Amino acid sequence: MASVPERPATAAAGCIARLDGVGYQIGGRTVFDGLDIAIERGKVTAIMGPSGTGKTTLLRLITGQIRASRGRVEVDGEDLGGLDTDGLYRLRRRMGMLFQNGALLTDLDVYENVAFPLREHTRLPEALVARIVLMKLQAVGLRGAARLMPAELSGGMARRVALARAIVMDPKLLIYDEPFAGLDPIAMGVVLRLIRSTNDALGLTSIVVSHDVQEIGLLADRAYLLSAGRVAAAGTPATLAADPAPAVRQFMGGEADGPVPFHYPAPDYAEQLLGAEVPT
Amino acid sequence: MSFLPELASNGRGLIEKWGRFTLFTGRLFAVTPRALLRPGLLIEQVYNTGALSLVIVMLSGLFVGMVLGLQGYDLLRRFGSTESLGSAVALGLLRELGPVVTALLFAGRAGTALTSEIGLMSATDQLSAMEMMAVDPVRRVCAPRFIGGVIAMPLLAAIFSAIGIFGGQLVGVTLMGVDAGQFWSQMRGAVELRDITEGVIKSGAFGLACSAIAVFEGYHAVPTAEGVGRATTRTVVTSSVAVLVLDYMITALLL
Repeated sequence: MASVPERPATAAAGCIARLDGVGYQIGGRTVFDGLDIAIERGKVTAIMGPSGTGKTTLLRLITGQIRASRGRVEVDGEDLGGLDTDGLYRLRRRMGMLFQNGALLTDLDVYENVAFPLREHTRLPEALVARIVLMKLQAVGLRGAARLMPAELSGGMARRVALARAIVMDPKLLIYDEPFAGLDPIAMGVVLRLIRSTNDALGLTSIVVSHDVQEIGLLADRAYLLSAGRVAAAGTPATLAADPAPAVRQFMGGEADGPVPFHYPAPDYAEQLLGAEVPT
Repeated sequence: MSFLPELASNGRGLIEKWGRFTLFTGRLFAVTPRALLRPGLLIEQVYNTGALSLVIVMLSGLFVGMVLGLQGYDLLRRFGSTESLGSAVALGLLRELGPVVTALLFAGRAGTALTSEIGLMSATDQLSAMEMMAVDPVRRVCAPRFIGGVIAMPLLAAIFSAIGIFGGQLVGVTLMGVDAGQFWSQMRGAVELRDITEGVIKSGAFGLACSAIAVFEGYHAVPTAEGVGRATTRTVVTSSVAVLVLDYMITALLL
């Protein structure tokens, strides 16, 4: 009986994005040092980690807004390090991204915001643009809000419009930057369900950056926990929750003190109080 | 003794900024042909920078013309040649005050609006969102605003000068009693085509400079409330100085 050989090539083909040994420095500070991440096609992958661990920086690396100092970033079969601006823009047409606050264009109404990528990249007749836009707005439940201006929307609605805009060009990869930040529980539930249903109905791959442990537990197929510039843990949200490593336990359990210290580095407490020196 | 290093670092910062500005302006010019293919966006920006500046430009033009009329009348009376008032007002406005004052007003009214608008778009991730949608913000946001400003500025300067001449006439003829026939005929005799051309060249150059500075400062503003505020201030200061320096240079070249 011949044993089935391992086939890493197949595993690679199942990934839409890969980071291999990625390092990133900015202003002398090391944000990442040897980061390995693989985003599987068709799945919802969560990137978690305490504030300041570079979750947003990671997204900017994947979208090519910044370049890795070393290592390799590959998205949909293309090495980002070797792409010029045109190549990058071509790749981005296959991606959609949701910014933390939606980043809707404030001088355009909801309808025009969703139509924006179509108008910029295609020459579709107006009737077809209208149908596509209305379908996408219907998918996020905001067809009735088509003529509202972004300033008239609540936080949750703005994010749903941004989602409609992100999927209007039918991307392969959808990236969410903190989609739950600052939402009330109802809006959070709506966004959560939309991310899942959009991913499954359109056959997308989703990357969700978040630090909402509970929501990620409900949503993600796979999660990466970043800490100190590296992947501290990876696996299903359930494996992460059961991980005994202190850094993982502190984050998943929301403990105030641990590997991420409660206190910002300071001189000795007693010495400073007794000396009564004013912090310089 | 930290004076010299500080001076050196300030100087280097200035040169760096000048370099960034040059590169950015080059990019603006490079995407201008494609931006011209979207007349809808341009018309909107000509409206924003031009039409919305009309009231302040016309009001200022009227009063600058009236002051010119008063001062000119007082000066010319000493030489007994008040009938030259028309040509003095027209030449002063067409060659100098029209373009310069309009550009200063333009920097304050339209320039600050451009900077703060683009700066706020950057602060609220709208520019990043465009990049993520594979849309170049320099082409879609900056270029139409730049071109709009370049088109609007000479038009505003022309309107300023026209209203100014009317203001000068109002004071000189209606108030001070200069003969209307002499006022207008002296003006027609004295103003040559090259005086008009000088005004047009100046206002075109000021339009280029003010619009480029405003768009540059907005695009490179630190994306915070404070950063956008500072960028807006810099727009007014830099544009005003640039206008006055350019004014001297163009005047010297054309004389």
